[in-house]
Amino acid sequence: MHFGFDDDQLAFRDAVRAVLDKECPPEAVRAAGSASPGMLDRGVWDRLGAMGLLAMLVPEDRGGLGLDERSLVLVLEEAGRAALPHPLVDTAVVAAPLLGEAGMVATNLGGPHLACAADADRLLLHDPGDGGLHLVQRPDAVLTPVATVDRTRRAATVSWDPSSPAPADPTSTWHPSPDPAGNPGAGDPARAADPGAGDLSSDPGEGFDAGAEDEGDASDDDLAWGRGSWDLGAATLVTDDPAAVELARDRGAWGTAALLVGLGRRMVELAVTHVSERHQFGVPVGSFQAVKHQLADAHKDLAFARPVVHRAAHSLATGAATRGRDVSMAKALAGDAAWRAGRVALQCHGAIGYTVEHDLHLYLKRTWALAKAYGDAGWHRDRVGREIGI
Amino acid sequence: MTGLDLTWSPEEDAFRDEAREWLESSLAAWHAEHGGEDAIASGDTRTGFAQHLDWERRLHAGGWAAVSWPSEYGGRGASLWEWLIFEEEYYRAGAPPRVTQNGIFLLAPTVFEFGTRDQQAHILPRMAAAEDLWCQGWSEPGAGSDLAAIRCRASRVDGGWRLDGQKTWTTRGAFCTHLFGLFRTDPESERHRGLSYLLVPLDTPGVTVRGFGRLDGDEGFAEVFFDGAFLADDALPGGVVLGEAGQGWSVAMATTGSERGLTLRSPGRFLATAERLFDLYRTDPQPRVRDRLVDAYIRAEAYHLYTLDTVTRLAGGAVMGADSSINKLWWSELDVELHELALDLLGPEAEVEGPWSKGWQFALSGPIYAGTNEIQRNIAAERLLGLPRK
Repeated sequence: MHFGFDDDQLAFRDAVRAVLDKECPPEAVRAAGSASPGMLDRGVWDRLGAMGLLAMLVPEDRGGLGLDERSLVLVLEEAGRAALPHPLVDTAVVAAPLLGEAGMVATNLGGPHLACAADADRLLLHDPGDGGLHLVQRPDAVLTPVATVDRTRRAATVSWDPSSPAPADPTSTWHPSPDPAGNPGAGDPARAADPGAGDLSSDPGEGFDAGAEDEGDASDDDLAWGRGSWDLGAATLVTDDPAAVELARDRGAWGTAALLVGLGRRMVELAVTHVSERHQFGVPVGSFQAVKHQLADAHKDLAFARPVVHRAAHSLATGAATRGRDVSMAKALAGDAAWRAGRVALQCHGAIGYTVEHDLHLYLKRTWALAKAYGDAGWHRDRVGREIGI
Repeated sequence: MTGLDLTWSPEEDAFRDEAREWLESSLAAWHAEHGGEDAIASGDTRTGFAQHLDWERRLHAGGWAAVSWPSEYGGRGASLWEWLIFEEEYYRAGAPPRVTQNGIFLLAPTVFEFGTRDQQAHILPRMAAAEDLWCQGWSEPGAGSDLAAIRCRASRVDGGWRLDGQKTWTTRGAFCTHLFGLFRTDPESERHRGLSYLLVPLDTPGVTVRGFGRLDGDEGFAEVFFDGAFLADDALPGGVVLGEAGQGWSVAMATTGSERGLTLRSPGRFLATAERLFDLYRTDPQPRVRDRLVDAYIRAEAYHLYTLDTVTRLAGGAVMGADSSINKLWWSELDVELHELALDLLGPEAEVEGPWSKGWQFALSGPIYAGTNEIQRNIAAERLLGLPRK
């Protein structure tokens, strides 16, 4: 029994941290929020690729490092800590084991708003119709940037040009379904006006339909998602094995949980620095118990979420029978811990943390987005309950 | 790879099997001896204490009273991992609370670290055999969280010490034979200076133990009055001062966060409580508490995994330190939540005396004893996060 990491894993983490500290400082994250679609700076991404990070989970005989999730988890925490804008989880954790070296990949497996879709080389898209994962070249898809809260996520929805050449193995045709409010499907009247246009972005994936899981709070937009099937145009079926799709989804959820742990810790670090330096009433505000206690709790929650994420890495790496439960425990706990750390960090920064001049909002908004990607805490607790027979 | 290896060795599995078998048969024998499981009273009542003492003697006879101690002191030389395994099996078997725990988990680590050979040779075997029963004399009416404010005096006289003062909130004090406590031995001293860690037989003339009631019905809770009691230097082989006279504060604090400080509440206890809670839930599943129930289960698992991480570090030579503060916060609040959930499930039946209502009442003391949770948050903020004291 050794619930810890070996020297190689720690060294790799340190090396990645050094690269991110240098190549992905807050200014770089900020720049990612304002760069035009398709214009995301790839400097740090290429550096990480050169280190083998993007192909860590790819078998050696396919050009990767042939490592498993245990070697990746600390590195993902670092990526979270740096709020790396690039789709690391989507590429290295979800797509790479399926595709080999895949360039930069965006996917809808984690939700309807694909991160870096316009910057990615390819899209890995889930079709609820055939349950499969399909590889789509970006030029074949129509991307619609979405104004999400976290601009550094560079989110977009995806739809198809129906005049694309038919695939060798055509999949089902997507027809938008009307939502209860009577609007055309996908919640986007512009898209629905073109009856031939499929909209892959509308499927958050089985189980991630916020409208269905929510207890009555679903908006009309929520209910418009996830209905129907689609014509994928020029797409390649990667897999329609339900077990492979579920594994990909679990990897995405786990990888995101690791990012969230890093994000949460970064926000607590920022807050500790701030309240140590900020003086009011003649003393550092960090000397007040109300401030200390909030930060102690935020630190505690992240400290206890971490081993759950690490255990989930082990479950993925070893193909444990409890993988589903373990991944969902990690995503739920890490999401809640990071969310709370965000609240505490904002409160402890006071008004200055509320400005966009200060860096805190970059990490906060990323936390809010990632907490909801690949299933939110409530969805994952529900899944844990099902897995343990409750 | 050695990173994240969550397997037990064949020796550890064999140890677990041995513990499980012994616990199962011995518990059955103990129950039978006392008229059945339902006839066992709470260890905090006079009747129950006698029954639990009998259990302690059986544990000792089987070599299970203090597994990690050397066998010469009544242990079986178990590793920290094996101790953890034993605790898991102990709670899984439904074995009763340890009425010797204050001695074994609080005094013994200090005896191991600061005791002379003579003190160790005398105190430890008798503790493991439950021949001497130790209670902790820390708090006083004017010194709870502020332990350094203690005023109990031990004045140097010919051949020993003269004890004056009062200790209070002494768990199981009314049932114990000995007390370990902090006394002010330097009359000029203030706060944490000039204190000594003394070992006091409670039948010493001038020592009066008075039980007073706790809201959970415990009869053993006591205050201890010292009215000019003479504590002879040779009242115990090896002497009655543990460590150096005047160094009592450092002696007491040295083990507050020790690896055996970790042992105050092992994860098995809460996982077992969660299992009982699931059983209760299944008798009448109420969807409205399901999400909280799963969340509490996840937190019990997180505590288990955090402990594996802690033991890994301790086994590697690290010292626990201030981490014990967030440890204590986590388990004490988890225990309250688990029991509150039970009361929610019981509905009106929660009003009736029973194991869950008793457990709830005791759980409420968790955030208070072993250092209040407010103090623990201060410690976490100051020593783990480096926030300024003032």
